[in-house]
Amino acid sequence: MTKPAEGSWTGHYPELGTGLVSYADSISPELYELEGEAIFKRAWLNVGRVDQLPRKGSFFTKNIAAARSSVVILRDLDGEVRGFHNVCRHRGNKLLWDHSPNSTAQGVCRQFTCKYHGWRYGLDGTLCFALQEEEFFDFDKNDFGLVPVHCDVWEGFIFVNLDREPRQSLREFLGPMVTGMEGYPFGLMTERYAYEASVNANWKIFLDAFQEYYHASILHSQQQVSQLRNFDTAFKVPYFQLDGPHRVISTGGWKGTPRHLMAEELMYPIEVAAEAGLLGRWHVDREELKVENLPPGVNPGGLDPWSVSTFNIFPNFVILLYERGWYLTYRYWPTSVRTHDWETEYWFPASRSPRERIQHEVTAAMSKEAGIQDMATLDGTQQGLESGAVDRFPLSDQEITVRHFHQVVADWVQDHQREQAVGRP
Amino acid sequence: MSTPLLPEAFAGLEPFAAAGWCLATERERYSKRLDSRMPELQELYDAAFPRFREMVDHLDQFPLDDLPERETNLLYLVYSLIQVSLAVDMWGQPEVIDSGNAMYFRTVEPRP
Repeated sequence: MTKPAEGSWTGHYPELGTGLVSYADSISPELYELEGEAIFKRAWLNVGRVDQLPRKGSFFTKNIAAARSSVVILRDLDGEVRGFHNVCRHRGNKLLWDHSPNSTAQGVCRQFTCKYHGWRYGLDGTLCFALQEEEFFDFDKNDFGLVPVHCDVWEGFIFVNLDREPRQSLREFLGPMVTGMEGYPFGLMTERYAYEASVNANWKIFLDAFQEYYHASILHSQQQVSQLRNFDTAFKVPYFQLDGPHRVISTGGWKGTPRHLMAEELMYPIEVAAEAGLLGRWHVDREELKVENLPPGVNPGGLDPWSVSTFNIFPNFVILLYERGWYLTYRYWPTSVRTHDWETEYWFPASRSPRERIQHEVTAAMSKEAGIQDMATLDGTQQGLESGAVDRFPLSDQEITVRHFHQVVADWVQDHQREQAVGRP
Repeated sequence: MSTPLLPEAFAGLEPFAAAGWCLATERERYSKRLDSRMPELQELYDAAFPRFREMVDHLDQFPLDDLPERETNLLYLVYSLIQVSLAVDMWGQPEVIDSGNAMYFRTVEPRP
């Protein structure tokens, strides 16, 4: 285990300090409101992938409660991905929804029709039809198109920015560490397993649960057969990296041994029978997915062996790349100071056979069991923090990511407050 | 004798197909696992798990996007068996240990 020359990962980023931290940002209603303004109305937010817009006219909506916004993302007639506020220009009604305004909508169409008074908009946002247009005063339809949202695509991931004028382009915002993934065959991964949940905890509490491995051998002890469980020494992450507001955690197997290379008696029977497990299939047999053919940025620490890299993209988007030829994402959408909507998606290359599909099913099932364990702790953490019994907490070097995340949130809130006081530069 | 649901080679597993374990969605499979008692899960595991590779080998003779109906049922039974094996081998109970009210399901998944 090689740590940086400073002796610790945290010491390598001295601006973080090593002191106790507060999680007031996860229980304070005032700070929650500020996060909406300072972060969710300013940062680039991933809302999905181009795979969800297969055709011209394909669209989906996304509610971003923290910014009190809803957006519609679509593929226009030129094939471009565009975003608009999901708000009718007539009386402010939510334009697209299914069953209830709080739900989302998706589909394929050429025009969007408001359910309220039937105003219709084209895929370029222009108002095409206003009912009884002659009854309006000094009315020009050209003045009442949908309000565009800044929208950009990186490696097939669709991002929006709700700021009037984004401070950075998407690529600038992502920075060199995240864009180091460029060239990973995301487009090859078309077999999608999506899950959603409403969670009784602040969004950062769940994000924290997935950005350190200090808990892994304790909370997830059962992910290892009993001989491998260890409650006294556990597991240490061999590589951390921070870049701007983003973080990477990279691992190289359980104490250096990739799971698929362990002895059969050290695995669960289903893993042996299916030749697949928590981390994926045992046989990576597509050339594009072999480690030597992946861009080096997927394993920024150059770990050998390498197993998983977790890219935490500020504020609420996470990509986990698995050496076993698949990836998953998490997104956390705050809905109140103590609740959020959580989305996770597993992406595999399209199965070529029943065997491969079964192997993906094993990986998806095992990964979800671990996710359930993480989710189960969250309302307990929220309750503990809200009790106010403790207001300063220690973080180890293994939790540098948690320290960094809350620091970045505080920095963005401070920037916003400064800007409110003195005006935008 | 009712119409067989599974390929002939797996006639011995018909009672489990008849008991509703050939389920197309993860939500249904996971829910059935949670709604079952351990002896029921163990019974399915004991009968089907030793034949896991055999089932996969049989299914692999067919293209995934053009499985006959009985093979599709068998595939869904294999998916259920994956769920059941985790209950039996990992947790020793139908639900994830200490999972409280943590619950979520797939909203999108490949078919079959």
